[in-house]
Amino acid sequence: MAEYKWPEPEKRSLIGKRISRVDGPAKVSGKAKYTYDIKRPDMLYGKVLRSPHAHAKIVSIDTSAAEKMPGVKAVKVIQEPGTEIKWAGDEIVAVAAVDEPTAEDAIRAIKVTYEKLPHLVVEEDLSAAGDNAKPAAEQTAGEPEKAFGEAEVIVEGFYGLPVITHCCLESHGSISEWEGDQNLLVHISTQAVSNVANQIGRPLGIPAANVRVKQDHIGGGFGSKFQVDRWDVTAAQLSKMAGGKPVKIMLERDAELMVAGIRPSAYARVKVGAKRDGEIIAWQSESWNTGGSGGGGSPPLPYVFSVPNKHTQHTGIATNTGSARAWRAPNHPQGCLVTMSALEDTAARLEMDPLDFFLKNIELAGRFAEVYREEFAIAADLMEWKKNWHQRGAKTAGPVKRGLGLSLHTWGGGGHGSNCDVIIHPDGSVEVKMGTQDLGTGTRTAIMMVAAETFGLPLEAIKLMIGDNQFPTSGASGGSTTIGGVSASTRRGTLDALEQLFEKVAPSLNVQPADLEAVAGRIRVKSDPRRGLSWKEACMKIGGTAITTRGRNPGPGTLNSSGVGGVQMADVSVDVETGIVRVNKVVAVQDCGLIIDLKTAESQVYGALIMGVCYALYEERIMDARTGRMLNPNMEFYKLAGLGDIGELVVHMMTGKAYDERGVIGLGEPPVISPGAAISNAVANAVGVRVPSLPLTPDRVLAALQYPDREGGSSKNGGNDAGI
Amino acid sequence: MRAFEYASPTTKEQAVSLLGNSWDEAEVLAGGTDLLSLMKDGCVAPKRLVNIKEIRELRGISAGGGGLRIGALATIQELLDNRAVSRAYPAITQAAEGITSPQIRSLGTIGGELCQRPRCWYYRAGYGLLATDEQGEPLVPSGDNRYHAILGNAGPAYFVHASSLAPALIALGAKVRLFGPDGVREMWLDQFFTTPLTADDRETALKPNEIVTEIIVPTALGVKSATYEVRQREALDWPLATASVALSMSGDRVRVARIVMGHVAPRPWRAAEAEQVLAEKAVTEEVAQKAGELALNGANSLSRNGYKIQLARVAVKRAILMAARGGRG
Amino acid sequence: MQRDEKMKEKGSGLSRRTFLKVSGISLSVPVVLGHRTIKVAGAEVEVYGPGKVPIALTVNGAKHTAEVEPRVTLLEALRHELDLTGAKRVCDRATCGACTVIMDGKPVYSCSVLALEAQGKQITTAEGLLRGDRLHPVQQAFIDNDAQQCGFCTPGFVVACKVFLDKNPNPTPEEIQKGLGGNLCRCGTYVGVRAAVAQAANQYPNRKGGGNQSTSKGGR
Repeated sequence: MAEYKWPEPEKRSLIGKRISRVDGPAKVSGKAKYTYDIKRPDMLYGKVLRSPHAHAKIVSIDTSAAEKMPGVKAVKVIQEPGTEIKWAGDEIVAVAAVDEPTAEDAIRAIKVTYEKLPHLVVEEDLSAAGDNAKPAAEQTAGEPEKAFGEAEVIVEGFYGLPVITHCCLESHGSISEWEGDQNLLVHISTQAVSNVANQIGRPLGIPAANVRVKQDHIGGGFGSKFQVDRWDVTAAQLSKMAGGKPVKIMLERDAELMVAGIRPSAYARVKVGAKRDGEIIAWQSESWNTGGSGGGGSPPLPYVFSVPNKHTQHTGIATNTGSARAWRAPNHPQGCLVTMSALEDTAARLEMDPLDFFLKNIELAGRFAEVYREEFAIAADLMEWKKNWHQRGAKTAGPVKRGLGLSLHTWGGGGHGSNCDVIIHPDGSVEVKMGTQDLGTGTRTAIMMVAAETFGLPLEAIKLMIGDNQFPTSGASGGSTTIGGVSASTRRGTLDALEQLFEKVAPSLNVQPADLEAVAGRIRVKSDPRRGLSWKEACMKIGGTAITTRGRNPGPGTLNSSGVGGVQMADVSVDVETGIVRVNKVVAVQDCGLIIDLKTAESQVYGALIMGVCYALYEERIMDARTGRMLNPNMEFYKLAGLGDIGELVVHMMTGKAYDERGVIGLGEPPVISPGAAISNAVANAVGVRVPSLPLTPDRVLAALQYPDREGGSSKNGGNDAGI
Repeated sequence: MRAFEYASPTTKEQAVSLLGNSWDEAEVLAGGTDLLSLMKDGCVAPKRLVNIKEIRELRGISAGGGGLRIGALATIQELLDNRAVSRAYPAITQAAEGITSPQIRSLGTIGGELCQRPRCWYYRAGYGLLATDEQGEPLVPSGDNRYHAILGNAGPAYFVHASSLAPALIALGAKVRLFGPDGVREMWLDQFFTTPLTADDRETALKPNEIVTEIIVPTALGVKSATYEVRQREALDWPLATASVALSMSGDRVRVARIVMGHVAPRPWRAAEAEQVLAEKAVTEEVAQKAGELALNGANSLSRNGYKIQLARVAVKRAILMAARGGRG
Repeated sequence: MQRDEKMKEKGSGLSRRTFLKVSGISLSVPVVLGHRTIKVAGAEVEVYGPGKVPIALTVNGAKHTAEVEPRVTLLEALRHELDLTGAKRVCDRATCGACTVIMDGKPVYSCSVLALEAQGKQITTAEGLLRGDRLHPVQQAFIDNDAQQCGFCTPGFVVACKVFLDKNPNPTPEEIQKGLGGNLCRCGTYVGVRAAVAQAANQYPNRKGGGNQSTSKGGR
């Protein structure tokens, strides 16, 4: 049996190198087809009428005018009169028409009346939540009361970050069409190609086996595209009503921001107890959040550092807003911001360099303490921390103040269940088929690299097919589990196939199969590399029937594992007259085990840092308390950073011995956890006070400067009357 | 977007004949970057669109003895690329630079930039220009007004005028020419802007059957000018407050100053008191700061936009100092 | 309508139920294919719609015809009628840049141009930057510098960078920072984009791969 392990470092021809993503040409030329781009023959365009009210009961629905309109092929009431609507933007009625303008006109012609009910859409003020606040979790460890009594320094603070959305550039949606009344073809924008059939088959009353699911490319998911949504089921229902014609429903931008996923907020009052020498001994936190009308989970507090004596209490607030979905590293950025801010504030009170303070307590970080220590040394070097750090708020001339901040984070990232078929044809061509998806993380490239590495072939010799549920199932792309899963299943499948090929080839070279290796397009004898066959010649020995193997994860051998640590440092400038924050530089030092493609791995980290700049400085879902509506369901006031807003980014991947040996570990999520905390800490260092809540907008910064002791610091008339 | 009919006349006479007597009949299409968004959001629903981009006489920028003539169809990019403008009128160039999207600059016209509608999120969400609820109660004063007016905000209008160029042009003494059924009208650009009293009013003196044809800016001999924007992002972003300053100098002393703030009121806001404090003085940090304070003397914050008062003060101060340095930041 | 506006049945010659009234504009309800001509200010002006009208667009050097309502944007015409889906509809409000195309040499948001207005203009999309199967240097630089992840913003970004470089063949890092403010990316590919623009400008060789303990700087 094959030995399931990664090639030794010196024998790797592709793994660990910077390889350009294989679907790059399709993407840069506009030829890559996303679900949004699919146009099927006779396709109808679906549009959805949504509730303008955050909380209401549907009284009546009149679709008669819409139904009579020329070009309208189907009208479907999604929620009947009498139904209680719990957030603005919820689906009421959908139509399918021959083109978009007609569908829009039809939506406008539908009359719905509502009975409005009281709503709650904001949650920053816990005391205003009333019955919507539900105690969620309470935990005590050690003896917090006693520890606070022994503490020489006690620091209290308020920290928070608002709800943000996923804002996928390709909105959610799908195209459904029927072949007969039992077979459905679905093109869908999804993070889980292998999981769709079951989810959509059930509500439609057809077996999952009758559902064919396809997706070539996806324009962003970030955790919001695991599930089949109501609008997807609706598209299939409209299609059936229209005689099976394809019906496409892709969300409008405002709906995408209102109903297609949020990251829960987090607000917390924190108390930290420490010794004068910097030892952290006690933690107390009272936190709350909202994840929409359902729950939003609770942030891990304190994050990473296992403070020996702690008391934590969390409250979930149900609001009349769109529901939470997994958002890149669920709950970690929130836990991280609250924890790292509180600890940085403690270091500042102690007048300690936070780097020294964190290192002093690094054993509390548990399993990865040593990783963090190594990473901090590298990060400090790249940031020139010791040269550039100053005590909080140290005065420099002029209105622009500069500061440094840091943070650390952890994540799992163990490989998910994954299966693939590997086929070596007698003519030497190679196929790999897997029911996975490439979110833009480089999954295609990584699978092909692993297969090509095993076979000693160039990348382009591998024909890879993904994005179709007729291929062997592979897990959802979430939790940073994809790379570990697909690389391992591919490695096992290709090693098994290669072993079968060796068995066919060995007799002709008068050696045992185990004496062979596949290197540089040849099957050759390990002890005498001149003896061998070209790949093509070797495959001719296969005979008439191709070699087919099934690669699996989990499986034998250690190809992947779980658990990483990373650290980040930020350098910012703050104009204290305008409150405008600019990121000068962010350093990320990240561990992720064995890296398959260094180029796309680095891109993941760069991307995470940029997403981090977005939520640190700009992003927030803004709800209007009175109307219950989202005020910024667009990309004009739901602000993302642009190319000129991100400063210099430096990424250092921990590779080599002790890191590679752990096998492949996921990377997509961990580096997005720390930027908010590192940037917030840098701003506090620059201006001398904590700006309690993200995003660090001018109103919040000026309010914090003017009223350093006020809780929240969101723009409740922030900075009014401050002098120049 | 609701259906409409479309015409593309080649003369201004044809254009105004195609327009209607009320706003719901027809809209003028120039750059389209704002109008099409307004139509998609259902804020306006004209029955006809009159595309004026084929009217050649509305194009072009020319600088001569009489000053600067900017055709209504000149794009923001053309304005930025014009050396005569950047040399003599840095306030205009700096204001245009704040529109950081090359795509908007290439499509957007000067006429459209001046006539664009408020970005107030209540207005864009369908609550009307004055942003009222079903009972007619204003939503802004007690709502989320972080981007709303701090001056001229006693109601019923609370939005800020979105133009970035208007403050600079007004500071430089620009006039605007309009063309309608009765021929040409010319007025100070300052007087072109109005504060609506009803939801059916607009923010300018333009009538439904008129078009803007050109902007005339007088010569800027001996005038130092600058625009300072407080803007959060380098990516396309609305300023939180801006100030444009034009200083007619006599030696190193200010003879006459014009200071106009943007994004602080339902119209570009002239700061007369601040202008006076600069007269007959050399520009110093102290004088500029004093002017900034005076410029915001009448400011009133709504529930959560007080910070903008500070931002506007800083914008005025910094624009004055920039202008005194010859338009350099 | 004011003054002496007269209607003349011309163009398609199809009948219409409603005519322009003296006091204001009324819309004709049935689908009118083609246009009609009205006399205003002494000249004949063609009025199109509100129903579908035939249009001709010159895209990537080829002439295409379609029938669309006046309210259809250039972006929607490209995507729905011409099956050119490189330009994406994301914000649909002249903000994000995913729909960027080149119109007569200038970068524009195709979500904010009507298909009718775009007639007679030279339109280039990301697809049109290819020469046969050969990638444009900007496209190649996007690949070399991994300036795409999900790739949904990429075609628009490629087009914006191409026009930017046409105008600024030797940009400074600061000009790159300031010159591409009209495109947004959610995955965070700006580091790659900045590097791609610099590479395409200078045609400098790709970063060398390989090696352990790599530190990558995305400053530039």
